[in-house]
Amino acid sequence: MPVLSILLVRLLTTAITLAGVAVIVFFVIRVVPGNPIAMMLPPGATEEDIARLSALYGLDKPLVTQFGIWVSGVMQGDFGTSITTRQPVLDLVLGRLPATLELSIMALVMAMILGGAAALTGTRFRGGRTEGAIDVANGMALSVPDFLWGLVLILLFGVLWPVFHISGRVTPSLDLPFTTNFYLFESLIRLRFDLWADIVAHMVMPALALAIPLAAIIGQLLKQSLKETMNLDYVTLARTKGYGETRVILREALRNAALPTLTLVGVQFTFLIGGTVIIERLFSYEGLGNMAIDAVINRDLPLIQGIVILFAVIFTGVNLIVDLLYTVLNPRLRHA
Amino acid sequence: MHEARAIDGRSLVRRRAGLRLWLSAGWLGLLCVVALFAPWIAPKDPLAQDLFLGRLPPFWMAGAEPGYWLGTDSLGRDVLSRIIHGARVALAVALIAGTITCLVGATLGLLAGFLRGWVDMVISRLIDIWMAFPPVLFSILLIAVLGPGLMSIIIAIVVIDWTRFARVVRAEAMAQGAMDYVASARVAGRGRLGTMMREILPNVLPTIVVLLTLEMGIAVIVEAILSFVNLSISTDDPTWGGMISEGRTSVHQAWWVLVFPLVTLFLTVLAFSQLGEGLKDRFDPVLR
Repeated sequence: MPVLSILLVRLLTTAITLAGVAVIVFFVIRVVPGNPIAMMLPPGATEEDIARLSALYGLDKPLVTQFGIWVSGVMQGDFGTSITTRQPVLDLVLGRLPATLELSIMALVMAMILGGAAALTGTRFRGGRTEGAIDVANGMALSVPDFLWGLVLILLFGVLWPVFHISGRVTPSLDLPFTTNFYLFESLIRLRFDLWADIVAHMVMPALALAIPLAAIIGQLLKQSLKETMNLDYVTLARTKGYGETRVILREALRNAALPTLTLVGVQFTFLIGGTVIIERLFSYEGLGNMAIDAVINRDLPLIQGIVILFAVIFTGVNLIVDLLYTVLNPRLRHA
Repeated sequence: MHEARAIDGRSLVRRRAGLRLWLSAGWLGLLCVVALFAPWIAPKDPLAQDLFLGRLPPFWMAGAEPGYWLGTDSLGRDVLSRIIHGARVALAVALIAGTITCLVGATLGLLAGFLRGWVDMVISRLIDIWMAFPPVLFSILLIAVLGPGLMSIIIAIVVIDWTRFARVVRAEAMAQGAMDYVASARVAGRGRLGTMMREILPNVLPTIVVLLTLEMGIAVIVEAILSFVNLSISTDDPTWGGMISEGRTSVHQAWWVLVFPLVTLFLTVLAFSQLGEGLKDRFDPVLR
């Protein structure tokens, strides 16, 4: 199948997936007990007030009509108005997205560095104690999810040896000259290294908590494919040329062993982004996930819908890109 | 020389695998006993508050009170007794939610992988949709809908995590379905359902058991996460996640309120997953 038709099929299934997510989230949260409008008004509000405000938010219409209104709005880029803050959902969500993206990407980079280092060291010293130790550490890292690693990190580097911040995204007393919400990126562009250091000190702990399980997966898979590659003829040839073991691993084996790991990283990255929800909560990091939990607690229906849809778009988008990259990079699949 | 070391290493790995299987099974067994006999084992009433005994340190530190082995929380409740009673919720969720999730997910996966066709298409699309939800957010949403309580947590876990089983079992069943023994069973006159239950299922079963063990660990974590955002059972009943959530806020004044439930939770999750990994090494050549 040529690349174009694969692309079309994938776009179609992605559209079906997103539509499914929209339907499910819309109807599921409307079963929630507790009238969001009643929660907004001060105690003592009359039935009439509630009815008026419900009409304002369109919550008095039949469910299917509400869904139609919402979907046609979304199609035009209008995600409705948040019930708690009375601001457009799209503005709120896009305002928080940079924080979550920066955190996820930082975590991904950390996971690749840690996992890569573990795999390379394990391959270099394979069969010995070092590899055994790396396997055990990998197994531990893999067994315990990000939420628990976050708590462990809080104890170790927030309480026992307080070197990093364990709450927030930036020290609140600092004056921020930023025009975008990409603090980490913008502080670097503006050469404000003082701010940059403060932001990094806030991000290291949550990012590391997200990175540890993924680093273990990368470490395991990369080591496995490196070890397989090390037995191939061309690697033996490089060895007979007299190259040292480290050079053979880095220069000859790594390039071939990396492809299967890279494709896996794409899928795992969506799991990592999903993990930001609870990690942001744990570290009071002002990102999308933290806002999502608040939205559920406050019964802010339009905001919940917007956030879930955005997450779904990110997840399916990442998967789509990975699939396409894989098709392009792997010539065997192109004509399959 | 390389070869000899590699072989030596491998037998070391096997011995270690046996050890971790026993260690994790031992910890989980101990936990089961503790959960079953919690009212008799716990030294104190887990709900009894005593404001004069708030934030007592564990027994080896100065200022500890005899009888409160692991100290008390800000309301003067005994940490050890609360951990012991919390094991009940954790294990109930692990066993019940894990088993139901397994049944639902494995059945759907088996049907999709063996029957193929439109059944597979519907189930695969559903899996795609489910994978596009951030799971933690999804579970919090469901609890908001269902209301707090043990039942809601179990339902939320089943609704969210069935895809873990369905995805793997579907792929497995497809692979098995393509094999000769399945074709010969059909030729020999077995019906579709019979082939699925008698031929495919036994071959997929080891995979399912491993996934089930892993899922139990995940269920314990989900319960803890939901307690952490205050959406679990109720704030009074002792749960590990609830204790952790409370300990997180007072970690600078009383670290033990966070550390002991965290260590318990950590070991339990580790034990479930090591048990799964150990079983995988032993019985299942496919997942290895």
